Amino acid sequence: MLSDMKPEDIVGNYKETVLNLYGDGSRKIFYTDIETPYPDGKLIASTTDKLGIITHVNQSFIEMSGYTEHELIGMPHSILRHPDMPSVAFKDLWDTVNRGEKWQGFVKNLRKDGGYYWVKATVIPNIRNGQVVGYTSVRRKPSRTKVNECIQLYPTLF
Amino acid sequence: MSYIFTVSPDFSPDHLSGWYIFNTWLQRQTGEAIHLELYDNFHAQRDAIQANQIDLIYANPFDAAMLVREKGFLPLVKAEGVSDEAIIAVRVDDIIDDVTQLSAGIKVAVTQDPDVHMIGMMMLEAGDLNANNIETHFYNNHVLIAKSLLQGDADVGIFLAEAFDDLSNLTKKQLKILVRSQISVIHHSLMIGPKLIARRTEIQQVLLTMNNDDKGKSVLNSLGFNAWAKVEDEEMEFMIDLMDTLII
Ligand SMILES: Cc1cc2nc3c(=O)[nH]c(=O)nc-3n(C[C@H](O)[C@H](O)[C@H](O)COP(=O)(O)O)c2cc1C
Repeated sequence: MLSDMKPEDIVGNYKETVLNLYGDGSRKIFYTDIETPYPDGKLIASTTDKLGIITHVNQSFIEMSGYTEHELIGMPHSILRHPDMPSVAFKDLWDTVNRGEKWQGFVKNLRKDGGYYWVKATVIPNIRNGQVVGYTSVRRKPSRTKVNECIQLYPTLF
Repeated sequence: MSYIFTVSPDFSPDHLSGWYIFNTWLQRQTGEAIHLELYDNFHAQRDAIQANQIDLIYANPFDAAMLVREKGFLPLVKAEGVSDEAIIAVRVDDIIDDVTQLSAGIKVAVTQDPDVHMIGMMMLEAGDLNANNIETHFYNNHVLIAKSLLQGDADVGIFLAEAFDDLSNLTKKQLKILVRSQISVIHHSLMIGPKLIARRTEIQQVLLTMNNDDKGKSVLNSLGFNAWAKVEDEEMEFMIDLMDTLII
């Protein structure tokens, strides 16, 4: 469902790799060393259905990801998957929310232009009339100390 | 039978009489006896909610989850164009220019207003600060927070953005904003409880058209805004979920 990234969208020197996405085949992506700082005072929010397909994004999400709302809605949330993120992190995310619990973690996300941004994400199940109808993730600015710890830790989790 | 209406204890003292005027207006519109009961603090108000004594509430977003999910309240309206935002500020001559430069052990001045406190702490987290490594000092209002900063009793203040903007120019000139939240979906809401819920649509309609006549308009002005805007159930659910992600 996710198409490959396009070289013409990328800003700066890039590397290339192929991600194997869970249930969604493989995707060729391009990524650079350019970090976009987290916008002060803002929250980046998105909601997915039970399968992780994006159903809602806020304005900060659109600005930080570099995609338009139209490009995001209906896509798997792995559209932001960065190759430096260990898959155990996302396994933990899904295991946790499937138990009906709240997940928190630090995530490096991939932008449409190949750059990246770090967030502290909290994901919760959306419960309506006693049923899980989807999931919401709200991201806030991460502390640099925590990000640096993740930069050390994540490569050891592959 | 008389119903009980209450207002989140963080309302601005300037609007105290406004809430009484609004309550009188509401009684006239609904033909019901409604008593406005104000509580000194959130704790006392929550006890009253728990004891099922409240029928209408202008609620702090922090209490929305409990009201909807435990007590069967539903949203009616919110103040149009108003959201709850927080500001982190220091003295203007402080060498600190960014939250990330703050260090553990600082004294942080806040009010008891739970949602502003939460948003403020969320912004301080970017500087590795949390409730365990700062000294939290509670003040009764935002003017006192400003004073505590200027007198050097506190290093950092967490303000309701609206209250900060309303400080005197002289005070504001002596303070420096490090960060202002731009969340826009966290807001106080007027909510209706189980005993009145059968009249929800009708009361909502009366509120939404309140700004159409001069009397209604002047009542709204005494509350500090121009009109009510409808709050859909799913908007409330989304805000509750969002607040849930921010609590820890
Ligand atoms: C509400 C929600 C938000 C998510 N946000 C992100 C995100 O920002 N970045 C990301 O890489 N994965 C995010 N995920 C996880 C993805 O669904 C996916 O598991 C991950 O990108 C890894 O891809 P894979 O599971 O296909 O291997 C989110 C999941 C949910 C339920």
